[in-house]
Amino acid sequence: MGLKKPANLSENPPESASAVLKTEKNRPERRRWLLLSPALLLLLLAASGPLLIVLVYSFLTPADYSGVVWDFSLEGWKGVIWQRDIFTNTISLSDAHLRVLVRSVKLSFFTTALTLVFGFPTAYFIATRPAKKRSFWLFLITIPFWTNLLIRTFAIMEVIRNQGILNSLLIHMHLIDAPLQILYTDFAILAGMLYVYLPLMVLPIYSSMERFDFNLVEAGYDLYASRRQTMRHIILPLVRPGIVAGSILVFIPSLGAYVTPRILGGGKSMMLGNLIELQFGQGNNWPLGAALSFFLLMLTMIFLFVYIRLTSKSVKSYA
Amino acid sequence: MLRSKNRPHNFDIRHQNGFTAIAVICFAFLYTPIFTMMAYAFNQGDSIALWEGFSLRWFVSAWENEQVKESALRSLVIAGFASSISTIAATMAALATTRTKKFRGQNIVYAVINQPLMVPEIVTGVALLIFFALIKSITGYTGLGYLIIAHTAFCIPFAYLPIRARLEGMNLILETAAADLYATPWKTFRRVTFPLLFPGIIAGAMLAFVISLDDVVITELVKSAGQDTLPTYMLGQLRRAITPEINAISTALLGITVFILTLFYLLSRKSE
Repeated sequence: MGLKKPANLSENPPESASAVLKTEKNRPERRRWLLLSPALLLLLLAASGPLLIVLVYSFLTPADYSGVVWDFSLEGWKGVIWQRDIFTNTISLSDAHLRVLVRSVKLSFFTTALTLVFGFPTAYFIATRPAKKRSFWLFLITIPFWTNLLIRTFAIMEVIRNQGILNSLLIHMHLIDAPLQILYTDFAILAGMLYVYLPLMVLPIYSSMERFDFNLVEAGYDLYASRRQTMRHIILPLVRPGIVAGSILVFIPSLGAYVTPRILGGGKSMMLGNLIELQFGQGNNWPLGAALSFFLLMLTMIFLFVYIRLTSKSVKSYA
Repeated sequence: MLRSKNRPHNFDIRHQNGFTAIAVICFAFLYTPIFTMMAYAFNQGDSIALWEGFSLRWFVSAWENEQVKESALRSLVIAGFASSISTIAATMAALATTRTKKFRGQNIVYAVINQPLMVPEIVTGVALLIFFALIKSITGYTGLGYLIIAHTAFCIPFAYLPIRARLEGMNLILETAAADLYATPWKTFRRVTFPLLFPGIIAGAMLAFVISLDDVVITELVKSAGQDTLPTYMLGQLRRAITPEINAISTALLGITVFILTLFYLLSRKSE
């Protein structure tokens, strides 16, 4: 193809030569967008586009039965953290919503921190196995990763419920007399999310650790570094991208978790995801649900932005 | 590899105190619940707490349960359509975005393709619930098409990633050679690019299939009455008294996942 262009150029007068060049240049460009169009259309239709409709709906008035009335209203957005007392018609901060909000953020932070505390050494362990055995350990992490989230949540529920093996074991060992109520508490949700999202932390850390050159650690020891110093000043800074990726991958689904808190928290311990779903079911307040959804989306983006900002700065300072 | 004098001879530079112990705890933590759940699928009694002997009765009862059969079939139909459509779209998108110079709008394209990975699932689910309710009220159509389109969209990034990775590892030389030998672009694609890309496409399709099969949140919000998939059926059952039948269904699903995963690994190892 490269050879054709000069031939065309010499045959044609100068004006059309530039035109030929232009179409030659545009053709791959047009083909690119043609190839991209099915994926982009599908995603705009069933992922990005509907997000705009959510924004519109958050400014409408709820209909009596289900859906919305097309009247502009800010009640949906006010309802995110405020509530109106129907008897006195006064507005106050909504304790219930605030509690759900605080619980969501708190549990997501704890989940991210705990998966990091457990996941980092596990990824390190896998990365330091002999090359042949590594894929076996990695496979052991991948199986839970690809197993249905519902099944895994159900599995952990069976362990922590009142008649579950954890309580039976504790009673059998005479550590407790009556079963501990773990299910339907915040702790149950935390345990469940730790269980469900742990592989999401291990895998990215492992993939950045896999390429780590242990000669650097050797060099650190040669310079009289302690184990802890080599970890802090050599290993951690170099696998930081994996840690950042893992934290994002755990934090985002934690903040918007729905299945795990629904099964393990029940009606008592709701998270934002459950509060949102409630508005489209029993709560029957679509504008509030839409506002809460958009609020969750913005919260996610803000945390993401701040986190990337903070971590990219510290990466630079090491470089 | 010189050793300093201050270190004992059997010093392992990779060792970190306590890391192995934590890793062992992690693996135990990951697998104890799964194995417990699987064990009770074979329980003879009605309980998921008391062991009363080995039996396959819950697998039989799950197999004979009409609702389970119906929802499992629906799951397979949706996953089949969603994975094939999303894989075709993702293959085309990967061909358009890899092995090329930075192009105008590249960042936006990546953002749109990866959007289902970045936006919380519940938000996408709510957005689709509202959007599809609007379309339902206009067209009156209430079929399975909504679920198929929704699944197709969120499967695209999962199909896209392995295909893109495979393409990036492929050299352009062969395609250039084909073009030099006067092959048309379509012929080059069919005879050279496609066969080389095939393992990546299969891997992408399998990932998309598993992702669609596993989805709970978006399906739960988008489905009309009587459109339960296997996961949403199970979610509904968890509210009632739990019998080992749920364990049996979970164990069977787990088996399928492990099977597909093993195939996936064998495929990707072969292609290396």
